Amino acid sequence: MIGLRYRVERPGFSLDVDLELPLRGISGVFGESGAGKTTLLRCIAGLEAAHASRLSVAGETWEDTQEGIALPVQRRDIGYVFQEPRLFDHLAVRANIDYGRKRRAGETASNFDHIVELLGLEKLLERRPAELSGGEAQRVAIARALLSAPKLVLMDEPLASLDRARRDEILPFLERLHAEARIPIIYVSHNIDEVCRLCDHLVVMEAGRVLASGVLQDVLVRLDIPVLGGDNAGSIIDGVVASYDGDDDLTRLEFSGGSLWVPGHAGAEGATLRLRTQASDISLCRSRPEQSTILNILPAQVEAIEGSEGPTMLVRLRLGDDRIVARVTRRSVRELGLQEGDSLFAQVKSVAVRPPRPVTP
Amino acid sequence: MESLLQPLWLSVKLAGITTLLLLVLATPIAWWLAQTRSGLKPLVQSLVALPIVLPPTVMGFYLLIVLGPAGALGSWWVELTGSALTFSFTGLVIASCIYSLPFAVQPLAVAFESLGKQKLEAAWTLGASKADAFFSVALPLSVRGYLGAMVLSFAHTLGEFGVILMVGGNIPGETRVVSIAIYDQVESLNYAAAHRLSALLLVVAFVALFTMFLVNRRWRR
Repeated sequence: MIGLRYRVERPGFSLDVDLELPLRGISGVFGESGAGKTTLLRCIAGLEAAHASRLSVAGETWEDTQEGIALPVQRRDIGYVFQEPRLFDHLAVRANIDYGRKRRAGETASNFDHIVELLGLEKLLERRPAELSGGEAQRVAIARALLSAPKLVLMDEPLASLDRARRDEILPFLERLHAEARIPIIYVSHNIDEVCRLCDHLVVMEAGRVLASGVLQDVLVRLDIPVLGGDNAGSIIDGVVASYDGDDDLTRLEFSGGSLWVPGHAGAEGATLRLRTQASDISLCRSRPEQSTILNILPAQVEAIEGSEGPTMLVRLRLGDDRIVARVTRRSVRELGLQEGDSLFAQVKSVAVRPPRPVTP
Repeated sequence: MESLLQPLWLSVKLAGITTLLLLVLATPIAWWLAQTRSGLKPLVQSLVALPIVLPPTVMGFYLLIVLGPAGALGSWWVELTGSALTFSFTGLVIASCIYSLPFAVQPLAVAFESLGKQKLEAAWTLGASKADAFFSVALPLSVRGYLGAMVLSFAHTLGEFGVILMVGGNIPGETRVVSIAIYDQVESLNYAAAHRLSALLLVVAFVALFTMFLVNRRWRR
């Protein structure tokens, strides 16, 4: 467990956070800019002083204002990936990566080769930072942080300063990193797509407070958190590849609420994939539509309906043990007389498939 | 020839020693100025910059008093070593360090400020202590600031006249640097010797500055 409690008071801003995060996988910290995400990360790293604080990582206390404990930055075993690469311009890529390795014992040569390969840096090692593209530089920064023998990795919007192409270039590397799940990562982002792709645990922050913290799937389907509404509304289902229909080029995945068809050959049989559905891509019917172009029609139960103003409302549905969120118009809710507990059918118009999920031991 | 080279050698020696001392001395001052949010910053800035605006004779006068056998520093020095600071090479070094301090501090402070905190933070999170991060990241990234500080301190000390005349006088081999020697030769209407010394100093000063700008250009690329 990572236990943390921080209170920071500044003119016009206050942070008050009390959290427990898992020691495994990636914990996303999501919120709009100004929510205090970066401040929280800087507190954990020891770069920012707090009025009251307590931080323990895997049973080790790094900070406790009551006990008068406060490890200085360099003695906390963290790897920090900033928004900007912050590479040392006077050192070649290899020396940049070695900077942390030399100062903290414990990283072996094989791990160096492994991470360098994982991030695709083999050909860049002798280059100077000035000769790297933005995406390459950020990959070097990630390798540098990972190889400093951290017990905890902190990533502050590592993709925010990059354009879409560069971002798509790095995300697969981060996903591969996640698949290994060796070191816990706290990943700050204001991009719900990144969070859904990478994280297992999700913390939602607003104005220096924590609105929600829990398993990603559970937090995403909460209807009472404004920042998870709007375009960000959506949900995640973990499905297992059951079969591939080569004639139509479709893959069938099974999950607790039935099966879903997704386009293409999504993965090997038995592989667990993360499926993401946008709330606006789901529509509801009282009876099973007979002749529809939509392939994925699943029986569902209304669990909650939320939305006090505006033309649309969010409906949380239960499909087996999984839950998804649908966005429908207020008028539809009224005309169909939708109520909690109703049984109906959900039409899923599109599903975004993410690469194979890690096999968490 | 002897009379020509001795003052030149003395000037170069004085400027060289002063420059080296100033690099060590100015680094913590410039670092503090670049990092601090203290209210004392303008005060320290003003004190450091004072030699730029003060007439060298005023500086020299005060230094003469402080370094003299009756002065605070001077009397302590006499007790310690048995010899006086005024009219000695050591006294000149001390005076030059104060006189050229702003020319070392300014370029360094600018370099440290433009370096910012970002890269240092990165170094700390990678396990480097504050001192380690300074020597392994801040220093190498401020090389150009150091180059500027070196050349400016050296050139400024080389051209020093008023302060040296006040504090050091005109003792051959001890305090008779080129600028004093030139003045001396002109006073005794020995224009030929004055010409030779002046030309020599001109060449040395030009070469020093030219080298700096050349190296600076290389680095930029």
